[in-house]
Amino acid sequence: MIQQIQTLYRYRLLIHSLVSRELKARYRGNILGFMWSFINPLMLLLTYGLVFTYMLPGFRGPTIEPYFLFLFCGLLPWTWFSSSILESSTVLIAGGNLIKKVLFPAEILPTVTVLANFVHFMLGMPILLAFLVWEGRLGLSALLLPIPLLVQMVMTLGLALFFSALTVHFRDVKDLLSHLLNLWFFSTPVLYSYAGMEGPMRTALRLNPMTHVLNAYHDLLFGNILRIRSGLAGSAIAALILLALGAFLFDRLRDTLAEEV
Amino acid sequence: MSQPAIVAQEVSKLYRRFLHKNQFRTLKSALVNGDLLADLAPDQTFTALKDVSFEVPKGCTYGVIGENGSGKSTLLKLLAGITKPSSGRLSVDGRISALIELGAGFHPEISGRENVMINGIMLGLNRRQIEERFDDIVAFAELERFIDAPVKTYSSGMYMRLGFAVAIHVEPEVLLVDEVLAVGDEGFTRKCLDKIGEFRRRGRTILIVTHSLGLVDKMCDEALWLRHGEVIAKGDPKRVVDEYLLYVAGAEEKHLAQEPAPEGEPDLRPGRDPQEDHALHGYRQGRWGAREIEIAKVRLLASDGRARHVFVPGESFSVALDVIVRESVEDFVFGIGIYTADGIHVYGTNTHIENYKPQIAAADGEVRFVFEDLRLVEGTYLIDVAAHRRDGTPYDYLRGQHSFRVKSRIKDVGVYRPAHHWAFSEGFEIQAPPFRAELDLSDAGSDANDSDTHEPV
Repeated sequence: MIQQIQTLYRYRLLIHSLVSRELKARYRGNILGFMWSFINPLMLLLTYGLVFTYMLPGFRGPTIEPYFLFLFCGLLPWTWFSSSILESSTVLIAGGNLIKKVLFPAEILPTVTVLANFVHFMLGMPILLAFLVWEGRLGLSALLLPIPLLVQMVMTLGLALFFSALTVHFRDVKDLLSHLLNLWFFSTPVLYSYAGMEGPMRTALRLNPMTHVLNAYHDLLFGNILRIRSGLAGSAIAALILLALGAFLFDRLRDTLAEEV
Repeated sequence: MSQPAIVAQEVSKLYRRFLHKNQFRTLKSALVNGDLLADLAPDQTFTALKDVSFEVPKGCTYGVIGENGSGKSTLLKLLAGITKPSSGRLSVDGRISALIELGAGFHPEISGRENVMINGIMLGLNRRQIEERFDDIVAFAELERFIDAPVKTYSSGMYMRLGFAVAIHVEPEVLLVDEVLAVGDEGFTRKCLDKIGEFRRRGRTILIVTHSLGLVDKMCDEALWLRHGEVIAKGDPKRVVDEYLLYVAGAEEKHLAQEPAPEGEPDLRPGRDPQEDHALHGYRQGRWGAREIEIAKVRLLASDGRARHVFVPGESFSVALDVIVRESVEDFVFGIGIYTADGIHVYGTNTHIENYKPQIAAADGEVRFVFEDLRLVEGTYLIDVAAHRRDGTPYDYLRGQHSFRVKSRIKDVGVYRPAHHWAFSEGFEIQAPPFRAELDLSDAGSDANDSDTHEPV
């Protein structure tokens, strides 16, 4: 794992170029261009916001107000998480030409996917922050944001490495993955608040490492509470284990990647 | 110079054979059958390279030849580090640039300029180095006007040129080239070869995989011939190319022998459709006649009496007809005709034209037509043989039922090669060709030590 991180560092210039290429290529030829970075989470926000404000108002606890802002705080990081993993599951196959014809470490490709999605996430942040300011909820607590961000980054990278290598050998993983992510989404406090859960549900949620990451966002941004709950430490450990696992699997399958994609 | 740049020791590479049944393993199948990490049975593997050993000294230009599927590209991928050998050791000393697939890393949506940047970084340059070389790269690719357009708007030639330009400007110590010199037009190919020549002069190591034997002969210091993943010959390029040509001639020999009546042996010249040409020249294969005299068998015999189907210019060979005489006749003519594969009549004669007077054909026997000195250029030729009456009524007429091939190292054109030589008065300094003109098909194990010394160009 350490070695792979060193490799990634050595290739930082390439990663940087590929991320900016990824962003440029994605938005070239679109009228709205970079605006899509915000529009995707905004549309998601609108959909869920409408459903749970007007159609299923009883689903969320009454304490969460304004609900749209609460949703936004969770949807933005979740979009980064799930898009990264979903996209990286196909990135090695899509970039097969590179792996087969050019010598370069394949882990760059899932890393670039995670980072490119991180850039989208960061581009959405100013809008979220603007809303928070408008609601008067933005405070010093936002300065602690790098902590959940780092935990999420490590966890996303680990899962991206894991699934990208696995999909090369097992093509049906990516179909499974979208369902898995869907399930994970509803098992994570994005639409609802962790605080509103009780009993065995709450215990189950605590076992999900993403729960604590989302809690941190909710605390630091929506709640404007300057605290990091101990659960996040558990998530950090889980994230490191996932990264080690992903890096290990990727390394094991590395030699066969060029032949199988 | 003595330190080798590339060392391969008994390198083998096995690939998994993709069976029709399980093209891709699925997670479900792995979970159900538990074969996630199961070893593959030998019948599920394909040996692309088997115990390949060779050394390339620093500054050497090394050619690798072989038929399609002989493992050349696999070897290149191993050298480039893209895949790992299944067994054996492989080491390359120095920075490698592999011209395996040009522009492999290009992204169609972004401009040529940005692609040059990223491609350069992928090949190991830093931003400043690319900026320094950027103008050279663009000038080399002749894409000044289009460099800011998205790569998806490029023609395939422009794409390849840009890919080649970037790869060649990486200034590698070891350059791997895979049959990429067929990019763009004559002029650009010339430029690529010049650039590779410049690399040679600067003492860089080059490994070329190619089907162009002339290139190997001209540019390489050493050569390697692979067949079915095994090294058949290595060393002096002239000798290796000769051995390879002999083998190819032998394979064609076998092919022609197996099919005594080829359906219009295809001509290798581009832009020719043999079928169409046949129609054009009214040449149709077939056999007709009442067979009072039957041509039972046609054999092509080399001067040593062995049956062959591939000959070299200048050689003597005969067309031997085994003739069965069913009815004794007094009026008979034997004739022969030669056609190119696209139906051009090269030569025709018969005993009547040449004023032989038939007396009687009474018993079975043999008739031979002897070429004393074969004067045809390289190509496939069809033979007509016939026995008929003086008025032309056929006994047995075999049109285009047999063929032979002429194989030559000299790629002269046309049909007929007159016996010739060049003469120059003083004032013209010109070097005679370094290799001997013709292959020696009769002695397959020949050595090349009888030829002149080879001067690299």
